[in-house]
Amino acid sequence: MHGVLAYAFGGILALLVVASAVTALLIRRYPARSYTSVRLRIQTWWWLAGLLFLALSFDPLVALGLTAFVSYLGFKEFVSLVPTRPADNPTLLLAYLAIPVQYLWVHMAWYGMFIIFIPVYVFLLLPLRMVVAGETRGFLRAAGTLHWGLMTTVFSISHLAYLLALPEHAGTHGPVRGEMLVFYLLVLTQLNDVAQFLWGKLLGRRAIAPRISPHKTLEGLLGGVLTTTLLAWLLAPWLTPFSPLDAVLAGLLISLCGFTGDVVISAIKRDIGVKDSGRLLPGHGGALDRLDSLTYTAPLFFHFIYYFYY
Amino acid sequence: MPTNPFLKAGQAVLRWLFMLFVAYPLVLLGLGLRVRHRERLPAQGPAIVVANHNSHLDFMVLLALFPFLSVPRVRPAAAADYFCKVKWFEWLARNFVGILPIVRGGAQQGEADPLEECYRALEAGQILLIFPEGTRGQPEQLAELKPGIWHLAQRFPEVPIVPVFMHGLGRALPRGQTVPVPFQVKVAVGHPIPLLPDKYTFMASLRGHFEHLRGKVAPPPEQDDCLVEEGLNEPAKNEPAENELAKNESC
Repeated sequence: MHGVLAYAFGGILALLVVASAVTALLIRRYPARSYTSVRLRIQTWWWLAGLLFLALSFDPLVALGLTAFVSYLGFKEFVSLVPTRPADNPTLLLAYLAIPVQYLWVHMAWYGMFIIFIPVYVFLLLPLRMVVAGETRGFLRAAGTLHWGLMTTVFSISHLAYLLALPEHAGTHGPVRGEMLVFYLLVLTQLNDVAQFLWGKLLGRRAIAPRISPHKTLEGLLGGVLTTTLLAWLLAPWLTPFSPLDAVLAGLLISLCGFTGDVVISAIKRDIGVKDSGRLLPGHGGALDRLDSLTYTAPLFFHFIYYFYY
Repeated sequence: MPTNPFLKAGQAVLRWLFMLFVAYPLVLLGLGLRVRHRERLPAQGPAIVVANHNSHLDFMVLLALFPFLSVPRVRPAAAADYFCKVKWFEWLARNFVGILPIVRGGAQQGEADPLEECYRALEAGQILLIFPEGTRGQPEQLAELKPGIWHLAQRFPEVPIVPVFMHGLGRALPRGQTVPVPFQVKVAVGHPIPLLPDKYTFMASLRGHFEHLRGKVAPPPEQDDCLVEEGLNEPAKNEPAENELAKNESC
C-alpha cells in the first residue's frame, strides 16, 4: 500500500478506536440507556473500514470486483423492494448481466463505453426484451423502475471504480493515484453522513424534509457541510490533485449531494413503505441504506475531477 | 438411511459438499436471506419443520437456515414421482440432499405406507422438512394443505412441528422457469404448532399459522401490487401432470 494511504488508514483506525471508546464510556456512565443501535453501527463501521482496507491494499482488480459485488447487492435489494411483474424475470436477468459488463468497461478503462453503456444501450435494450415478453400492463412503470435501479446502484456506483482507472496525477505531496481518490470520496461521503447525524443530534431543531426524513435537520445539514468541507480542504493536498479552492468546492459538492442522495433514497423507501432496505449491515439497514449518498456523490465527484484534472 | 458408519459419514460429507458448493452460494449470494426468529428452529431432532412451497430452491433455503454441522441430520421430504424417476438423479438427491422420497397418492393404492421413510428418520432423531402443500403451486400463493402431516403427527405426538413461511422464492424461481433470478427472500419461523386430535381443525390451525407468518414477511394480499397479482392466474403450462398427482397426495 502507498505510504500516504497507510497513514490515512491509520487515521480511520484512530477515529474508530475513539468512537468505540466513547460508546463504551457512555454505556458505563449511563447503564439505564440503550446504546444498542450506536454500538451496532460502530461495529459495522469496523467491518466496512476493514473491507475498504482489503479492497485498496491489493490489486486494483480486487477493488473492482468488490465494487461490482456491492453494485450487485444494491441492485438485488432494489429489485426485491420494488414490485416487479413476473413476466419481467428474463429482463431482470439481462439487467443483472449488465453489472459485470459495466465493470468490464471500467477494467478496460474504456471511458466512452463506460459512460453510455447503461444510459443508452441497456436503457434501449431492456424495453425490447420486455416487448418480446409481451406483457403491456404496467410496462412503463416496470421499465422505469428497472432503469432507475440500474442507474443508481450500477451506473453511479461504477464511477467509484473508474476513479481507480484514472492515470497518476501530480499532487502537492507526491503523485496522486486512483486509490487515494476512492479513499477521499468514500471517507468524506460516509463521514458527512455521520457528521450530519451528530450535528443534528446536538443542535437539530428545524426539520428540513419533514415528510421524507423527519430526523434530518437544517442544523445537521449545515454542521455536516462545514465539517466535511473542512476535512476535504485538510486532506486534499495528500490525497488529491486539488487546489485549495477546488478542495473546498469538492467538499461542498460531496456534503450537499450526499445529503441529496440520502433523502432521495429515503423518499423511495417511503414510497415503497419500508424503513430500512435490508438487514445486511447491522445498525445501518441494508446495502442501499449505506449506498444512498454515494449514488449521488460518486458520479458527481468523478465528473468534477475528470473535467478539471484529467 | 445407511447403518454402516462409514457410509453414514460418507453421506454427511456429500451433504456438506452440497451445502458448500451449491446451497450456500445460491441461497446466500444468489438470493440473500432475512430471517425472523431463526432461534425457533429445532436444534435437536426428532422434529418436523413444515414450510410453504413455491420453488425448487425452497429446500435449499430451509437447509441453509440450520447450522452447518447439523445439516446432515435434516432430511427434506420430496416427491418420489419427481425425484426418483431416473436412477442417477435419485442417487444424487438421496446422497447429496438427503431427501426422503414420498410416493404421492401412495396411501390410496393399497401399497406400503408412503411415509415409511419419514417414520424411520424421526425414529432416528432426525429433523424432517415437509411441504404440506405437496406441490409448488402458483407463485407466492398458499395452496391447499395435504393431511399427511396430521397422520405423521398422530404417530409421533411428542415431536414438535415448527412452521416456516418463505416469501420471495416464487419471484426468484417460480415453476415453469429454469434460471433463477436473484431476489431477496424473507423467512419467518413460528412457534411449534399444538397437535389437535381432529384432522380438519389441525389442518385449519396449520393454515392459520402459515397465514400469520405470511403477514410477518409479505404485504397483505389486498395491498399486493396488481402487477404481481396478475401473473398468478396464468396456467402453468409445463407441468400439468403435477397438479393431477397432487390431488390425492398425502404428505
